[in-house]
Amino acid sequence: MSSLIAWILRAIPFGTIIMYGAMGEIVTEKSGNLNLGVPGIMYLGGFAGFASAFLYENNTSNPSKLVCILLSLVCCLIASVLGGLIFSFLTITLRANQNVTGLALTTFGMGVANFFGVFILNGKSYSAAPLANSAYSAKMPGLSDLGVAGDILFGYGFLVYLAIVIAVLLHIFLNKTRVGLNLRAVGENPATADAAGINVTRYKYIATCVGAGLSGVGGLYYVLDYNSGIWATTGQIEALGWLAVALVIFTTWRPLNAIWGAYLFGVLYWLYQFLPSLLGFTVASYVTDLIQMVPYVVTIIVLIVTSLRKKKENQPPAHLGLAYFREER
Amino acid sequence: MSDLQVREPFVRIVKRDQAPLSKHISVRALAILLALVLDALFIFFVTGLNPFSVYFVMFKGTFGTATRFSWAMRDLVTLLLIGIALAPAFKMKFWNIGAEGQVLMGGLLTALVMVYWGEKLPGPVLYLVMLLTSIAVGAIWGLIPAFFKAKWKTNETLFTLMMNYVATSFVACAVNILRGQASSLGKLNMATQIGWFPKLFGQRYNINILVVLILTFLMFFYLKYTKHGFEISVVGESENTARYAGINVGMVIMRTMAISGAICGLCGFLLVCGRDQTISTNTAGGNGFTAIIVAWLAKFNTFYMALIAFLLIFLQKGAGEIASAYGLNDFAASIITGVILFCILGSEFFINYRLIFRSSKEGKNDGERG
Repeated sequence: MSSLIAWILRAIPFGTIIMYGAMGEIVTEKSGNLNLGVPGIMYLGGFAGFASAFLYENNTSNPSKLVCILLSLVCCLIASVLGGLIFSFLTITLRANQNVTGLALTTFGMGVANFFGVFILNGKSYSAAPLANSAYSAKMPGLSDLGVAGDILFGYGFLVYLAIVIAVLLHIFLNKTRVGLNLRAVGENPATADAAGINVTRYKYIATCVGAGLSGVGGLYYVLDYNSGIWATTGQIEALGWLAVALVIFTTWRPLNAIWGAYLFGVLYWLYQFLPSLLGFTVASYVTDLIQMVPYVVTIIVLIVTSLRKKKENQPPAHLGLAYFREER
Repeated sequence: MSDLQVREPFVRIVKRDQAPLSKHISVRALAILLALVLDALFIFFVTGLNPFSVYFVMFKGTFGTATRFSWAMRDLVTLLLIGIALAPAFKMKFWNIGAEGQVLMGGLLTALVMVYWGEKLPGPVLYLVMLLTSIAVGAIWGLIPAFFKAKWKTNETLFTLMMNYVATSFVACAVNILRGQASSLGKLNMATQIGWFPKLFGQRYNINILVVLILTFLMFFYLKYTKHGFEISVVGESENTARYAGINVGMVIMRTMAISGAICGLCGFLLVCGRDQTISTNTAGGNGFTAIIVAWLAKFNTFYMALIAFLLIFLQKGAGEIASAYGLNDFAASIITGVILFCILGSEFFINYRLIFRSSKEGKNDGERG
């Protein structure tokens, strides 16, 4: 029982990281832009958030938690939106190929984060921002003391709950508002949207940049909460970024599915550690290596099943990955 | 319509039919120049170093000594070979993002055969078995997404991407078994050196260079002068046209991806036997992703690919050199590469389209004609 609780307590924060990444990518893809730069953007956001919090903590005599949160969030958003802006400019204005631009952005983002990260590390193998960590991982007072249920429901930092709120808001935005409908039209058929008087370029730009901002928060959450406020040179964020891209497919481009889908991915990701102990047997370490492929295999299966069933509402946006040029047909 | 007052936009964009070669070259050269200036600014503002001396040090990363040049060539052919593998798939507009996994699977099978059958099979047969199994597993890894794409139009970009992680997982598992109690897996068959490539001109990986050189020519001719190559380009341009012309689109997709995956598998074989003599989850080392950019920028021409691969390897080696000379870190390479890629990608626009400004003479003539 205790290992089941430990499993959930691990799965939900893990899910939250990729939930932010996936929600950002859903917004981006709804505009018809397939941004494979999500890992790079998560690096940018995570590093900018960490660096600002770290510098603030160490250069202020009496740092306040609220300022720390605001500062790191703003820096994270600025950095990741800049990443999205590079992608938007190249793919929307200059009509560069989206796949290739996205991969280049991933290389670039990882490079920037780790390059400047080394200056902050300053020779150490890791550096920490304990104040920011305590601010981000602060549990709800009172509610989290209610025993096991309190732990499972209320034992996380505020970004976990914010992610759920954003997912619901995104659902309402995409399905119940005029602007959301326009955005979906741009992703499905930009020529029609253009003819209907929708400014395709503006929609694509804004969706991609807002999406990048959201994805970046995933990186921030990873560093300042999930990873206990520790920055180290790692390839971990890249793997998480690709998992977020996988989650977008898994959710069939629906923000509400991202909530349970992300937690399910978290459960699957930590399967290798908790399932054996839960069932009371030990498995060899090479088996755990194999179990780690489960989230990806599940994604592949979802991909195949959605393409087999051909249900209209489960398909990717029809114009996903293609640049739009009014005079081309 | 002539009496209707239409305010002409300040600038409009027109698609070019076919830009002359000189335009291609000058635009690309300008893009690289712009990237170098941007990188110089970055180097100067971050480190305060003189960018020119930094670029000079970078130059030494590849051309400093004969050994360094040889290493650069070794890394170049790895990147180039994966680019060659991806070219037919991309020309068909099949986004094979799974080269990383296909290389890993090829390398994995090579390693397993090397370890478990190394002493049972005579030398030539062993090499043949390693070669064939790695090619076969690479082809299968490429065929799986191609099959679903051909039958049910399953999105291949995302499918192949996921297959990378499945392959990584297999390799991690195998490495875990092979190393047993040891903390890391050293070189395979260290004592006997069975299954390693023999040294050619002093280096085992020179065989890789030779093979890739041959394949560069073969793939060029395959794409340009064979019926298969023609079918690939028709499917890439328009599936409907291909179907109308009587081309079996599904077959072409599966065949091409089998070839693409097979060459990636071959790359895994060459890496394990010729370069590393071991296997790890880093055997492909991100080359599978970088090669996508190489293949795309070269527009599937294998000789351009060699040039672009050289440029990227030159930058990587150079950044490594800067890192050790100025106490920076290797990640500078990723930033510099990223900036150059952004510039080249952006420059494509000026090759494919031209801008017409409101006041320009050309614009007025255009307007009269229209």
